[in-house]
Amino acid sequence: MKLYSDRCAGCEACVNACPYNAVTMQGGLPVFSDACNLCGACVEACPSEAIERPGNGGPAVEASPHRGIWIFGETKDGQPTRVVLELLAVGRRLAEKTGQDLGVVLAGDRLGTMPQNLIAFGADRVFLVEHPDLAVFRDEPYTAVLAAAIKQYRPSILLFGATTTGRSLAPRLAARLRTGLTADCTALDIDPESGNLLQTRPAFGGNIMATIMCPVNRPQMATMRPGVQKPATRDGGRTGEVIRLETGPSLLLARTEVLGFINRNEEMVNLEEASVIVSGGRGLGCAENFSLVRELAALLGGVVGASRAAVEEGWLPYAHQVGQTGKTVSPRLYIACGISGAVQHLAGMQGSDIIVAINRNPDAPIFKVASYGMVGDVVQILKSLIEQL
Amino acid sequence: MNIVACIKQVPDTSEVKIDRETNTLIREGVPSIINPFDLNAIEEGLLLKERFGGSVTVISMGPPQVESALREALSLGVDRVVLLCDRAFAGSDTLATSCTLAAAIREIGFDLILCGKQAIDGDTAQVGPEIAEWLDVPHLTYISAVEEVSDRSITVSRLLEGGYERVRASLPALLTVVKELNEPRLPGYRASLRAKTEPVTTWGAAGLNLDPANIGMKGSPTKVTRSFVPELGRQGQFLAGSPEEQAAALIAALRSARIVHGSAKES
Ligand SMILES: Cc1cc2nc3c(=O)[nH]c(=O)nc-3n(C[C@H](O)[C@H](O)[C@H](O)COP(=O)(O)OP(=O)(O)OC[C@H]3O[C@@H](n4cnc5c(N)ncnc54)[C@H](O)[C@@H]3O)c2cc1C
Ligand SMILES: Cc1cc2nc3c(=O)[nH]c(=O)nc-3n(C[C@H](O)[C@H](O)[C@H](O)COP(=O)(O)OP(=O)(O)OC[C@H]3O[C@@H](n4cnc5c(N)ncnc54)[C@H](O)[C@@H]3O)c2cc1C
Repeated sequence: MKLYSDRCAGCEACVNACPYNAVTMQGGLPVFSDACNLCGACVEACPSEAIERPGNGGPAVEASPHRGIWIFGETKDGQPTRVVLELLAVGRRLAEKTGQDLGVVLAGDRLGTMPQNLIAFGADRVFLVEHPDLAVFRDEPYTAVLAAAIKQYRPSILLFGATTTGRSLAPRLAARLRTGLTADCTALDIDPESGNLLQTRPAFGGNIMATIMCPVNRPQMATMRPGVQKPATRDGGRTGEVIRLETGPSLLLARTEVLGFINRNEEMVNLEEASVIVSGGRGLGCAENFSLVRELAALLGGVVGASRAAVEEGWLPYAHQVGQTGKTVSPRLYIACGISGAVQHLAGMQGSDIIVAINRNPDAPIFKVASYGMVGDVVQILKSLIEQL
Repeated sequence: MNIVACIKQVPDTSEVKIDRETNTLIREGVPSIINPFDLNAIEEGLLLKERFGGSVTVISMGPPQVESALREALSLGVDRVVLLCDRAFAGSDTLATSCTLAAAIREIGFDLILCGKQAIDGDTAQVGPEIAEWLDVPHLTYISAVEEVSDRSITVSRLLEGGYERVRASLPALLTVVKELNEPRLPGYRASLRAKTEPVTTWGAAGLNLDPANIGMKGSPTKVTRSFVPELGRQGQFLAGSPEEQAAALIAALRSARIVHGSAKES
């Protein structure tokens, strides 16, 4: 890190801010050890702007002939996944801001009317590759097919959902294209000065947020966390273009073979993609009261979550557990019913947009992160909510 | 079977607390640990070695203090540890990190590479698949079980959103692993004694045949332009009144946030 010692007040804010223990004070000034990984937490913490990250604001390469905002059209059971619709909404905004087209690159087999459907949800162009070998996702052929399409059409931005598929495919593709990839973003925007993509993401178990740019290499790639943005809405009147891409044996080579898929039937719950989650904790008192949680979730179009205590009581299977050792979720609405708000639970849900806490103890820690607090008996409050919805 | 496990030394993020006054991380007393998923990678390497013979090498890129993480790996019984340490590696993003690790893995030689699902500090989950691409071997992510191993292939289960996918990959290959895979062992007595004295091989950029343009800050296309501690506390409000009144107030609030109505109709 670069230090402007004349500005440094010796306040040690940087020492405290460093997550890596890499800053110590020597003779009243901070010294950065080898443990420093240039994360910049100290830059932000410094009240006198005395620290700078080296080499920032690097070469402002003239915007290359790369144009277009692309989304990887992940599919599941013949449908685009929900995060694709969320990316279409985000991509539409970015396209409007930069005056570029919004494209979806769609690979699979016998995709039927899906291209038209994606156009109705906001795509200007759909790049379509169909082949039986692409019916089931595999990293290698998908990487090759996407790399070929990108070399031909040179998009400037390429976005994926941060699903298990997106987080497996995107890094392999980024390494092949020798470009940068930002993981698990919760916000995407355009830098007004440089026109680059501003990619904001949590790191450090959610304790730090970082904004990342990829100033030189193209395309600028990011995966985006599902459930953070609102999905695009359908407009059947929209028109667009479907471009069929060629594929061939060299692109379809794969050293992996999918043998089968085993549904976890108790685990059909998809907490990560849900926009509404109603979670129950030990405060519900018994398994029967969980039916109220289910009912409220159904009324709100959401799914059911649980604290570890509720899982340990056997009221719900582990797949529903939210928290440090369960799922990390960020729905638009999270309702915690009879959950105390232990740090391990908060770690999994504090990124939610609106948090509602229902608890009879007004001092329960869950209220510290709640947007709306409801003090009272959880069963009564749940019944009132269900009645009035 | 020659196995290379990649481990990262990380601060224990579950111990990190926020100072609400200054909105900064409280780092005091936060211990450095081996990234939890990487312990599962080491364990699987040791289990496979026990069944099929061969060797387990553990590598890590980082500052000199990473040596303690590598000594911990030795105490678990791995054969050899390699530290990749050079000022030239500082500021690496995942592309530069994976390039550097790939060069070292090529040097060591391998049939199977094991990585954690993701590091709990950087949290990107990108280094594994990127290493596989640099080395031109197949990769499989989120491995929760190893079912079969032959000379030429490995059959595994991947833990995905709605279930398990069974997949076979030809060897050599790279796997990233989740906690479900196994229960990491505790240090052994004899291995712990050895871990105290065993030399830790250290490699810098020079010996690895690396293009300076691909490593460290120069080889990193992503630039962190800002990082900040998010506001954790919310400006929340308690809803007043009887359960019925509170429920009415909440529904009104959710309606104006367009959650009630909108989402109930969405597919
Ligand atoms: C390593 C580790 C990992 C962990 N990982 C997780 C994790 O992933 N997820 C997780 O959730 N926990 C996790 N925990 C456990 C966590 O520390 C808490 O023990 C757990 O979250 C508590 O669950 P709870 O809030 O349901 O129960 P409790 O803490 O018992 O809280 C019950 C709450 O209900 C309220 N209540 C009781 N009766 C009523 C009523 N009639 N009406 C209204 N309110 C009522 C009480 O006031 C209380 O606040 C972990 C712990 C450890 C050590
Ligand atoms: C706040 C912040 C945000 C960041 N965001 C991004 C980003 O979005 N994109 C990006 O490209 N870089 C990013 N970086 C840089 C990135 O954290 C580093 O490149 C880091 O060295 C590797 O990434 P990771 O920690 O996410 O590892 P992951 O990719 O999550 O690690 C997966 C596995 O790879 C292996 N591994 C990872 N690092 C090492 C190592 N040093 N030695 C041995 N094995 C290892 C381990 O097996 C580990 O379990 C960010 C850094 C910070 C501080």
